[in-house]
Amino acid sequence: MALSRLSSRSNTFLKPAITALPSSIRRHVSTDSSPITIETAVPFTSHLCESPSRSVETSSEEILAFFRDMARMRRMEIAADSLYKAKLIRGFCHLYDGQEALAVGMEAAITRKDAIITSYRDHCTFIGRGGKLVDAFSELMGRKTGCSHGKGGSMHFYKKDASFYGGHGIVGAQIPLGCGLAFAQKYNKDEAVTFALYGDGAANQGQLFEALNISALWDLPAILVCENNHYGMGTATWRSAKSPAYFKRGDYVPGLKVDGMDALAVKQACKFAKEHALKNGPIILEMDTYRYHGHSMSDPGSTYRTRDEISGVRQVRDPIERVRKLLLSHDIATEKELKDMEKEIRKEVDDAVAQAKESPVPDASELFTNMYVKDCGVESFGADRKELKVTLP
Amino acid sequence: MSSIIHGAGAATTTLSTFNSIDSKILVAPSRTNLSVRSQRYIVAGSDASKKKNFVSGLRVRHSQKLIPNAVATKEADTSASTGHELLLFEALQEGLEEEMDRDPHVCVMGEDVGHYGGSYKVTKGLADKFGDLRVLDTPICENAFTGMGIGAAMTGLRPVIEGMNMGFLLLAFNQISNNCGMLHYTSGGQFTIPVVIRGPGGVGRQLGAEHSQRLESYFQSIPGIQMVACSTPYNAKGLMKAAIRSENPVILFEHVLLYNLKEKIPDEDYICNLEEAEMVRPGEHITILTYSRMRYHVMQAAKTLVNKGYDPEVIDIRSLKPFDLHTIGNSVKKTHRVLIVEECMRTGGIGASLTAAINENFHDYLDSPVMCLSSQDVPTPYAGTLEEWTVVQPAQIVTAVEQLCQ
Repeated sequence: MALSRLSSRSNTFLKPAITALPSSIRRHVSTDSSPITIETAVPFTSHLCESPSRSVETSSEEILAFFRDMARMRRMEIAADSLYKAKLIRGFCHLYDGQEALAVGMEAAITRKDAIITSYRDHCTFIGRGGKLVDAFSELMGRKTGCSHGKGGSMHFYKKDASFYGGHGIVGAQIPLGCGLAFAQKYNKDEAVTFALYGDGAANQGQLFEALNISALWDLPAILVCENNHYGMGTATWRSAKSPAYFKRGDYVPGLKVDGMDALAVKQACKFAKEHALKNGPIILEMDTYRYHGHSMSDPGSTYRTRDEISGVRQVRDPIERVRKLLLSHDIATEKELKDMEKEIRKEVDDAVAQAKESPVPDASELFTNMYVKDCGVESFGADRKELKVTLP
Repeated sequence: MSSIIHGAGAATTTLSTFNSIDSKILVAPSRTNLSVRSQRYIVAGSDASKKKNFVSGLRVRHSQKLIPNAVATKEADTSASTGHELLLFEALQEGLEEEMDRDPHVCVMGEDVGHYGGSYKVTKGLADKFGDLRVLDTPICENAFTGMGIGAAMTGLRPVIEGMNMGFLLLAFNQISNNCGMLHYTSGGQFTIPVVIRGPGGVGRQLGAEHSQRLESYFQSIPGIQMVACSTPYNAKGLMKAAIRSENPVILFEHVLLYNLKEKIPDEDYICNLEEAEMVRPGEHITILTYSRMRYHVMQAAKTLVNKGYDPEVIDIRSLKPFDLHTIGNSVKKTHRVLIVEECMRTGGIGASLTAAINENFHDYLDSPVMCLSSQDVPTPYAGTLEEWTVVQPAQIVTAVEQLCQ
């Protein structure tokens, strides 16, 4: 892959010199913010618009942040996997590991005023928007301290102050909501954009095209991002879509196809899309990505694809490995430092899990709160009329 | 005389227990509280002991006047402030316009609401006044524009989403149920969805099955939404304004056949409480609960009933979700008989839920089973005669009251 070519190119000159230095003079992990330009491995493909440049402006600080955030997200998802198997998380649990580059790359290109709305595979997007690990785990385990006070669950993470609008269980229903967010941004003259994320499965929903039509008609700053992980639960894209070129499906709306496993490419595409949407209205980004886990925890993920395919992608395209190689080749950090960082993150995640396990479950009275704003004094009964009878506040 | 005082008393207790949406807003006294109206009732059979003896008053007593109208007529309504007369759709438009003037976050979206002026003229003139960004003509995609309204509401806008006919909102059911109703709860209170979803529904004049649907029965179990049905220009304007000001998602059911009702409404700013029922005609013998167009069928039947010597208490429940069990309960405790007249289907309609609620809560006060008159469980046929038979007619109401009061 191009990346390995890149690393070998720089390594031949620098690496032997670095390793020759005694450890006392070897510099610490660089937190330099001076610009580095990196070429994306895979070129962008565009539809009705120009592709952004393949050279991405970044800095060692940013790349390190990518590594740290992605490692944290990966760890979180793996911890969620074990918690689910331990029956502490119930119901549906859709894991994002493999797709982390999308969450971090997008965050690097936008501000907290820009809105993000996604579907049920929302744990990492929540963390990317500034959500805390302990809030995420508490919500997954249905505790009071969760981000939705235990009432939403895995599919309903929200963070209003960071403009993260969730967290939606019905496939595709978040797309009109996302266009509504873009409408509100235009109405309030916010100069911000909305990223409405959906999957390759949702790309066949009628409401997507309805919302796209309105967004294009009204010039809304909406960016529709198709996270194409090639499988809609058990159905591959070639079996569900006549035209799997999702970036072209917008027809009159421009589109861009991006390598979704490359955080820098994602960042470049999102930056480009934001500029485009603020001036010209909606644009579709198709992120070519992959999920290692099955659709959810009840799906082994191997009945509709081979294990070789999964491990193949993991070896060649894994987003964290890619960033690791970048860090090493640009001497931003050493192997050991990265390993230490990962250990630290593992501990951070384990601590968050432990803290979440200790948190209390919601009280019975919470059953009836947040039904209405300023509840209207109606009496509500639970399963046992004598016990849970409550007057809504 | 005792019944009049009783009637006025019931109205005042209802007034004092209003749960105002916003306490700063002037809530004009409900129409029923005007002293002029209650004085006009000379009710047949006003014995002190009400329970079972009124039947003897079945013969019209010679000392009592024959009442031509069961509703107070307006010609001598001297105490009413100078208001202005308008039609129901104009009242809705006035309410909408006033709210849009008052709050820049209010916007309207729907099919043909802008340049066309609205298919029932409710949004006429608004696009010229407020511009294309506030009065939005959408393409025909209920699912998407309802979702967009809800998404916009999550950020703080207050869209009024119009379904050209309530039946079309079935296409947006997912958005209304899952996103509109549930987001406040599943986000742990982070997002409020102050949308108003409105549109005409109900059985019209030979509009056909698909355009005569009554969606209140389908929406009633969605947790997190409020439903109200307007029936007069006064409450149409009041409910529209209250719904827009409410932080909760409200579905406002209008009726196709009621848009041309004329009434004089006050000039000053007023809203109607969203969770309150309206006492149309206080009475003693039986409580008739109704809403929307059936109110008029009931009042027509009431004329006949009064001439036959009955004294029905007619309540327009207005709030379909949640029910105003306070007003309804007080009425049941007084009359001990309940008849529900609705336009919904028999199965799973508003009447069915109301029957269950009354039986659960006021069983001890009932002298006879709650009777519910609803439309037949059929798709509304096109032929005029058949359509008439699907919907409850005043003659059936009279028969039902006579049956219950035996």
